[in-house]
Amino acid sequence: MIINNMEPIISVRGLEARYGEKRILNDISFDIFAGQVTVILGPSGCGKTTLLKNMLRLHEPVRGSVKFWGEEVLQMDETSFNAVLRKVGMLFQGGALLNSISVMENVAIPLEQHTRLSRSVIERIIRVKLDLVGLHHAIHLLPSELSGGMRKRAGLARAMVMDPPILFCDEPSAGLDPLTSASLDELLLDLKKQLNMSIVIVTHELASIYRVADRVIFLDEGALIYEGTLDGARQAGIPTIDRFFEAGKYE
Amino acid sequence: MYTLHFENGILAVSGKLNRDNATQFQKSARLLTVKNAPNTLDLSGLEALDSAGVASIEELVAHFNHKDSQLKIIPASPDVEAVRNTFKSTAQIVDKPPQPNIFEKLGGNMEAWFRSMGEALVLCSELFYWSIVGIFDRKGQRKGSFGAQGLLLGYNALPVVALLSFIIGFILSLQSAAQLKNYGGNVFLPDLLAITLVREMAPLITAIIVAGRSGSAIASEIATMQVSEEIDALRMMAINPIRYVVVPKFHAITVVMPLLVVFSIVVGELGGFMIATSMLDLSLGTFVSRSVNIIKFKDIFISLTKSTVFAWLIVIIGAYNGFRVRGGAEGVGKATTASVVAAIFAIVIADALFSLLYLL
Repeated sequence: MIINNMEPIISVRGLEARYGEKRILNDISFDIFAGQVTVILGPSGCGKTTLLKNMLRLHEPVRGSVKFWGEEVLQMDETSFNAVLRKVGMLFQGGALLNSISVMENVAIPLEQHTRLSRSVIERIIRVKLDLVGLHHAIHLLPSELSGGMRKRAGLARAMVMDPPILFCDEPSAGLDPLTSASLDELLLDLKKQLNMSIVIVTHELASIYRVADRVIFLDEGALIYEGTLDGARQAGIPTIDRFFEAGKYE
Repeated sequence: MYTLHFENGILAVSGKLNRDNATQFQKSARLLTVKNAPNTLDLSGLEALDSAGVASIEELVAHFNHKDSQLKIIPASPDVEAVRNTFKSTAQIVDKPPQPNIFEKLGGNMEAWFRSMGEALVLCSELFYWSIVGIFDRKGQRKGSFGAQGLLLGYNALPVVALLSFIIGFILSLQSAAQLKNYGGNVFLPDLLAITLVREMAPLITAIIVAGRSGSAIASEIATMQVSEEIDALRMMAINPIRYVVVPKFHAITVVMPLLVVFSIVVGELGGFMIATSMLDLSLGTFVSRSVNIIKFKDIFISLTKSTVFAWLIVIIGAYNGFRVRGGAEGVGKATTASVVAAIFAIVIADALFSLLYLL
């Protein structure tokens, strides 16, 4: 699919994923475009996180194709795929920080491993990124000394420390207070606008979806039931989507 | 790529500045201005920036800024300035907290040790209390947990206890036989083997196996429950976690440990008999009768008593390390390692104290 003459930066075609005998995703196809926020949503257990993990080869799909910038990644060798991953940031549900090192060292990992920047520049970048997520005061703390929301924000700082063209966020707002959640949404919108970043978010939070979504992908029981704009989703007349928005309208 | 131009005190940078060329940019800028410091930084030619580019510009500005002279900056295009604005440093630098000196560390460690001993004592008293209560009142314990723990801690350990005990008995006999043969003391091998196995080797080897196998399992299970808030959930359901989680293990290990030691003695004797019969030509009758006659009731009693104490030490140390875990997965690993090391250490110390009892 081509929207406004834009080529997709990620194309997923016919993706099928299983855990053992159980089929989690069935024939999923969609595109993700540069400079847009794409929200993957759907009821709990519909396969949203599994979809993210299969796109990034954290779980091997049974069949299908995933292309980043036109290159098939599922059959790529490790070196080539690592080159793709360097242009991708990922925020995991719980932050996924390394517990034995400080927040600063966690955020520094991609810069230390993949760039030749001087220590002073690296520290400056880390301070800025932690400040952007409101964690500059926690720079020397260990992950075990942070709350769940703080861990998630530190995880976001690490995910965006390389200014990746694509940022994946698994439930970024879950567990955060509305103010922090809104400020994170603002930050994501800034990143999208200023760095032309593509952001893929898995979330349930309707308030967040209304704020940031350019496009939505709606999953239900492992199948894609809608792909398009948020307004389009609400007017599509699909009962599951209608119930989803109806249930959350008082949020 | 970027280009740098330095003329009339104006350092002009144009092009794209990002993480791939930021370090080179800093070096080149400093080389260009080594003789004359710039008074103006012209960013108007910049086409694109990322956070590394912004940080390198800030580093450069900080390098040239002095008390009496500030570098004048000609801004970039609005789009590039927006990026510079997003990634500019505004937060105050938070210093690393000062590290304690050696005396503070020593004092802190001493205090932590006394506190942990106090906590261990509280755990012990609670555990013994609920263990005794639990014999008469099974309420508050998971149904079937005693049997399941008995299988886990005892039955499942049989193969490894058997293998190691057989090898220990075999080695003890082999080493002793070589010496006894020289002095014509072949007939004393069963005596030597029986006393060594009953008094020392069987309880010690079994305890070390159980500490490594079951003590670590107890610590990691409780530590995992602690970090995943399962222990808190039990407390919130008004269930005592020690009674629910630890007491069944305590009861089970109290029963199975002496049985494992008896099993270890029998298998160790079997290993020894193979050497006795093959190298020293001792008959089965001689071997058994000498082995049985040399062992007194006191030996058996102390052996089984100390094996029970070893079992309690393993459970208490495993549970204690499990409950006091901090952090996530790394904390679980540390708790498991600490429990095995501490349990083996405590077992050896307790064994030394029990050895004194044989002298009485």
